[in-house]
Amino acid sequence: MSVSRLLERLLQTLPVLLGVSLIVFLMITLTPGDPVEIMLADSRATPEQAAQLRADLGLDRPLPERFLVFLGNALTGDFGISFFHRRPVWDVIAERLPATIELTLAAILLAIAVAIPLGVIAAVKRDTWIDRTLTAVSLFGVSLPGFWFGILLILLFAVQLGIFPVGGRTSFDLEVTRVTGFLVLDSIIAGRADALLAALRHLALPAITLGLPTAALLARVVRSSMAEVLTSDYVLFAEAKGLSHRRVLLRHALKNALIPVVTVAAIETGSLLGGNMIVETVFGWPGLGRLVVESIFARNYPLVQAAVLLYAVTYVMLNFTADLLYTALNPKVRL
Amino acid sequence: MSGALLQVRGLRTVFPTRRGPVAAADGVDLEIAAGEALGVVGESGSGKSVTFLSVLGLLRPPGRIEAGEILFDGRDLRRLPRGALRALRGRQMALAMQDALSALNPAFTIGQQLIETLQAHGLAKDARAQAAAALTRVGIPAAAERLDDYPHQFSGGMRQRAMIAISLAARPRLLVADEPTTALDVTLRAQVLDLLDDLREQDGLALALITHDLAVVAERCPRVMVMYAGQVVETGPTTEVVASPRHPYTRGLLESLPRLEDPDRPLHPIPGQVPDLARLDGGCRFRNRCAMAQPACMGPTPLVDLGQGRASRCLRAVEVTP
Repeated sequence: MSVSRLLERLLQTLPVLLGVSLIVFLMITLTPGDPVEIMLADSRATPEQAAQLRADLGLDRPLPERFLVFLGNALTGDFGISFFHRRPVWDVIAERLPATIELTLAAILLAIAVAIPLGVIAAVKRDTWIDRTLTAVSLFGVSLPGFWFGILLILLFAVQLGIFPVGGRTSFDLEVTRVTGFLVLDSIIAGRADALLAALRHLALPAITLGLPTAALLARVVRSSMAEVLTSDYVLFAEAKGLSHRRVLLRHALKNALIPVVTVAAIETGSLLGGNMIVETVFGWPGLGRLVVESIFARNYPLVQAAVLLYAVTYVMLNFTADLLYTALNPKVRL
Repeated sequence: MSGALLQVRGLRTVFPTRRGPVAAADGVDLEIAAGEALGVVGESGSGKSVTFLSVLGLLRPPGRIEAGEILFDGRDLRRLPRGALRALRGRQMALAMQDALSALNPAFTIGQQLIETLQAHGLAKDARAQAAAALTRVGIPAAAERLDDYPHQFSGGMRQRAMIAISLAARPRLLVADEPTTALDVTLRAQVLDLLDDLREQDGLALALITHDLAVVAERCPRVMVMYAGQVVETGPTTEVVASPRHPYTRGLLESLPRLEDPDRPLHPIPGQVPDLARLDGGCRFRNRCAMAQPACMGPTPLVDLGQGRASRCLRAVEVTP
């Protein structure tokens, strides 16, 4: 892909992002509930003090002005001060972001690792009992509500069997020096096997909860895409050349079958960010999703705006990445 | 012809369908010797491709061979373990397909697809040089540079030749060419067919040329086999079959062809349709479309040897050509 085409594609994302920021801004400001009242709920502030706080936070300005201020600041990376934490929004988000990225990556990697073999097996054994069982299981997996499934996993594996912890990211006595913010990486950097194990054990149940519906969906995509590719002439031709069955399947068929899977996986990664809010709340995972949920309840406008904008940027970038991967897999596509 | 490279006896290939099993190839006998070209003619669904996919062991499930012998170089391919059959495919017997654009994998370069064929048969020594030589052999200029091109970067005729180069990379002794020129224009068609002729004469390649185009067969194949509804209905030396067909279906095929020397001759398409293979009786399968049908055609119609290498499945074979 040429650099100019790349830039053009990037520019195309701008209107989307602008639209998202406007919608987010309007939705949150038009929602009933006054952040100042919530912040001062427990104190005995006078109306004058409340008015002063409102002016300090810029909430007495007209809406369009507040939106433009928000946009202008956002462009310079300044998302304002979190009402609740009284610290820059970006600092608060940056603190929580690695936990969410770690969980999302674990979930999508798990989903891909499960989906590709299952989808391939179902496609190769299509219309047999193996295929039908896998299809039924994946339909079940797609339909699972995350919050319910997460609670079930906690009850079984954490409460009853005690194999995995109930929630959180790690044990208090196994904290390691924060370098990247990714506990798995930080544990490896610190050379602490016990901390790494603790991090992975804490990661397991939330990653499964988050990743399983995606795995089920991806497995269905892999199956149908693979089944189609397996009837293609080039698979027959590859077999006619005397290649091994394994090579025909895993090289000739899979590379082509994965093209649509990549797109779905990238878009699903974006949806996982939304799923995070539920899973992080169920598992007490100190990530961005839970922060956003808390902030919505607290009417912490700046933080919610910044977070949702971040989600939108991530989503758009994931789609962009999907296009790039698509080009890499399919030499016929020159974007 | 006991020295034939490929001998098929009583091949019956069945596909289960919702309406019962369908024999897409039903009692097919054929022989091809080294250096010989057999034209296999018939309309779509006549069983010509299924017959040769059965030979190559490339039937897609649920299709399966129910009966018959497939002798290649004296060995019964049906009794070979899967691995041994795979080792023969590409190395001893190869397939060239109708549409190179769909037969070549779009995600790999021509070179990769050529070289992996060589590797699969333990011929990887100087694989790149061999691959370039294989492309040169089919008349692709600047072959070494084109190895790194993807199939879509080739023109149609080049792509077809590249596909044939891949089929022939490991120097097989038998090539099954399934409509190899149907997608090509007249000039390219001649080029590809010339190439196959050369390989046959120089390397003693045995060729099965599957086509619905009798004109191509008349031009290139000394012997022809006509298939209809899963059966061989007529076989013999091409010049004689074309001059005096011994089966009404063959005659019908010839009469439906336009002729250069007599452009005003009316064309006679064969009326009616191929019978439903799931609803066959024991009689002649062509009789519902045949002007010569008589009550006896309801009974069995075996392939009868007419002498001089000719055979027909018609009870009134000698009457077909006046």
